[in-house]
Amino acid sequence: MTAPQIEIQVIAVLVAVSCALPGTFLVLRRMAMMSDAISHSILLGIVLAFFVTRDLTSPFLVAAAALTGVLTVTLVELLNRTGLVREDAAIGLTFPALFSAGVILVARYAGSIHLDTDAVLLGELAFAPFNRLVVLGYDIGPRALYMMAGITALNILFVAVFFKELKLATFDPGLAAVLGFSPGVLHYASMALVSLTAVGSFDAVGSILVVALMIAPPATAYLLVDRLSTMLLLSALLGAAGAVSGYWVAHALDASIAGSMASMSGLLFAAAYLAAPGRGLIPITLRRSRQRLEFAQRMLLVHLYNHEGLPDAGRENRVEHLHEHLKWDRSFAERVVGAARDRRLVERRDSLLILTDAGREAARDAMVG
Amino acid sequence: METALKFLADLFSNHTLRTVGMGAVFLGIANGVLGSFAVLRKQSLLGDAISHAALPGIALAFLLTGSKSAPVLLLGAAAAGWLGTLFIMSVVKNTRIKYDSALGLVLSVFFGFGLILLTRIQRMPVAAQAGLDTFLFGQAATLLLRDVATIGALGAAVLVLVAVFWKEFKLLCFDPDFAHCLGFPVRALDILLTALLVTSIVIGLQTVGVVLMSAMVVAPAAAARQWTDRLGAMVAISAFFGALAGGAGALASSVVAHLPTGPTIVLCLSAIVIVSLLMAPNRGLVWGWARERLNRRRIMVDAVLADLHVLALRHEDPGHGHPISVLRTMSLGHGGVDRSLELLRKRGLVRKTEGGTWSLTPDGLAEARRLSGKGDEGP
Repeated sequence: MTAPQIEIQVIAVLVAVSCALPGTFLVLRRMAMMSDAISHSILLGIVLAFFVTRDLTSPFLVAAAALTGVLTVTLVELLNRTGLVREDAAIGLTFPALFSAGVILVARYAGSIHLDTDAVLLGELAFAPFNRLVVLGYDIGPRALYMMAGITALNILFVAVFFKELKLATFDPGLAAVLGFSPGVLHYASMALVSLTAVGSFDAVGSILVVALMIAPPATAYLLVDRLSTMLLLSALLGAAGAVSGYWVAHALDASIAGSMASMSGLLFAAAYLAAPGRGLIPITLRRSRQRLEFAQRMLLVHLYNHEGLPDAGRENRVEHLHEHLKWDRSFAERVVGAARDRRLVERRDSLLILTDAGREAARDAMVG
Repeated sequence: METALKFLADLFSNHTLRTVGMGAVFLGIANGVLGSFAVLRKQSLLGDAISHAALPGIALAFLLTGSKSAPVLLLGAAAAGWLGTLFIMSVVKNTRIKYDSALGLVLSVFFGFGLILLTRIQRMPVAAQAGLDTFLFGQAATLLLRDVATIGALGAAVLVLVAVFWKEFKLLCFDPDFAHCLGFPVRALDILLTALLVTSIVIGLQTVGVVLMSAMVVAPAAAARQWTDRLGAMVAISAFFGALAGGAGALASSVVAHLPTGPTIVLCLSAIVIVSLLMAPNRGLVWGWARERLNRRRIMVDAVLADLHVLALRHEDPGHGHPISVLRTMSLGHGGVDRSLELLRKRGLVRKTEGGTWSLTPDGLAEARRLSGKGDEGP
C-alpha cells in the first residue's frame, strides 16, 4: 500500500465511525430521514459562507454549514407545528428548497468556486491526500485527516459524556423531560453534531452517501444486538468495515470510492437482514418450518391416538389417508411421518401407522396441553 | 417587458422551447396527481427513495443494452425503483427497523451503487455514454420530441388508471380498513397505486433529476392541500401547480445559462408552497393570525365592558362616570384600554362624560348583562 492509499483509508474509517455514532441515535429515534435533510441543506450554508469569506478552507464554512443543519431541523419542526403539513411532508418540502438554492448558486458561480455539482454528490475522497496541512513548514498529513479526527473525537466525547442522558431521551423522552434532563437542549445539541459530522463527511463522500454511512451501519447493528452500548460499538465497527472494503472494491473496479463504501455498507446490511441470528430472514424461515414440522407431528400423533383401537383405524391410520384428512400433500406427510419415526413416536407396518408407547404419551400430553 | 414579449414569441415559434415546456407540463401534471395520494397516505418521502433507487436501474439498462433511448432507460429506472420499494416494505414488515430507516437505507445504498455504475460508464471509451449524468440534476434542454411523446403517453396512461380506480384509491387513502371490510383487494390496489407513483416519478427523472424528483411529488400536493378539503379539487389543483412549476422551471433553465433544471423547478415549487401556506383561504397562516388577532381584540373589548359593568354595579347611578386609570388598573396585563373604549364608543355602548370619565350607555348596560349571562333582571 502506498502512503496516499493508507491516508484515504484512515480518512474513510474516520468518516464512517463519526457518522455511525450520531446515526445510531437517528435510527433509534425514528429520525433517519433527518440525516438526508441535513446533509443536503448544509450545501447552502457552505456556499453562502464561501461568498462571505472567499476561502474554501475557512473554519467559518464548517460553522455556517453546521448552523444551516440546525436551521433545517428547526424549519422542519416549525412547519410541522403549524399543523398544515405532516412531518414527512415537512422534511420533503424543506431540504429540496435549501439544497436547490445551494446547487443553483454553485452552478451559476462554478467558475469562482472549486465546488462543482458532481463533487456535491460524489465527494472527493480520492483527492483528499493532495490537500496537505502544513505547520511551520512541515507537511503533517492531509487536512481532511485532522478535520475528521477532530469530529470523530468530538462525537465520541459527546456520546461518552452524555451517554445516560442520550439513552433516556432516546427510549423514554417523557421520563427524561420529567426528570429535568431537558431533552430539547440535548436534541438540538445532537442535531448540531449530526450537522457538523455531515459537513466534515461532505467533502469526502458527498451529500447523499453521508446518509448511507449514518443509517446503514446502525440499522445493521440494530438487527444484531440489543444493548445501546454494544450497538454503538458495532455500528462503528461495521462502518469501518464498510469503509475499508468499499475502498478496495472501488480500487478494483476503478469506480467511485464513496459509492463503493455505501454499497458495501448496504451489502453488510443485506447479510444481516438475511442471516442475523434469531432475526434474519433465513433463521426466521428455518424456525417457522421447524415449528410447522413439530406442530404437524403433534397433529399426527393426536390423529393416530383418536382412531387407535377403533374399527376404522385400518383406514384412518394410513399415510395415504393423511392427505385426505389433514390436507397434507404427500411429500409433506412423508416428511412428518419420517420425523416422527426418527424420534420413535410412531412405527410403520407397510403403510399402517402405529403409535409407540412414547408416541401415545406425547399424544396425551399434546391433548391436555 | 420587451424581453418578456420576445420570450413569449420564442415560446410559440421556437421548437425546442415548446418541446421542453410540453414535457415539463406533462410530468408536472402526472406527479401532481400521484403526489396527492402519496402525501395523503403519509408516503411523502417514498418518492425520494424511489427516485434515488432508480439511478442504478438507469445505469444498468444502459450497460446491458448500450441504448440511451428513453423507453429502455425508463424501464430500468422503474424496475430499480420498484425493487427499492419492495425492499423497504419487506424490511419494515420483517424486522424491527422502522420505515424512516428503511427509506434512508434504500435511498442511499441504491444511489451509491448507481454512482459506482455511473463512474464505470464515465470511464468507458465510448463517446455515446455522454449525457447519462444529466439524470442527477436533470437537464430539460436534452428533451427531444421523442422523449416528450414517451412522457406524454406514460403520463396519460397513469391518469387514465387513476380515473378508472378513483373510488378505490380514495377509499384506500382515507380508510383502508373499511375498504378491506367491503371486500376491495386492498393489497393489490396498494401495489397498483405504488406502481403508478413509480411510473410518474420515473418519467420526470430526465427533466428534474433523481436527486430532487421527490419535491415534484410532495410540493404540489402539500400546496394544493391548503386550498381545499376535497380530494377531487386537491388532485386538480396539485396537477395545476405541478404543471405551472414544471413548465416555468424548465423554460427558465433552458433560456438562462448554468441554471440546472431540477433545482430551478424546485425553487418554483417552493414559492408556490410558501404562498399557499401563508395565503390559502381558511387554512393559510396569515388568515389564522388575522383571526387570532380579531378574537383577542374582541375579548379585550368585552373585558373592558365587563369592568365598566362591575363598576356600575357598585354605584347607585349606572350612568356615573369612571376615570380611565381605574379601568387600566382593572385590565392589568390585557392592555389596549384606550382602543377598546374607542371601539365601544363607536358601537354606542359607552360614552365619555364632560369630566373625561367613562360610563355605560343603556345599550352598553344591556350588552354587559347579556355578556355576564344574567339576562335583564336588574343589577
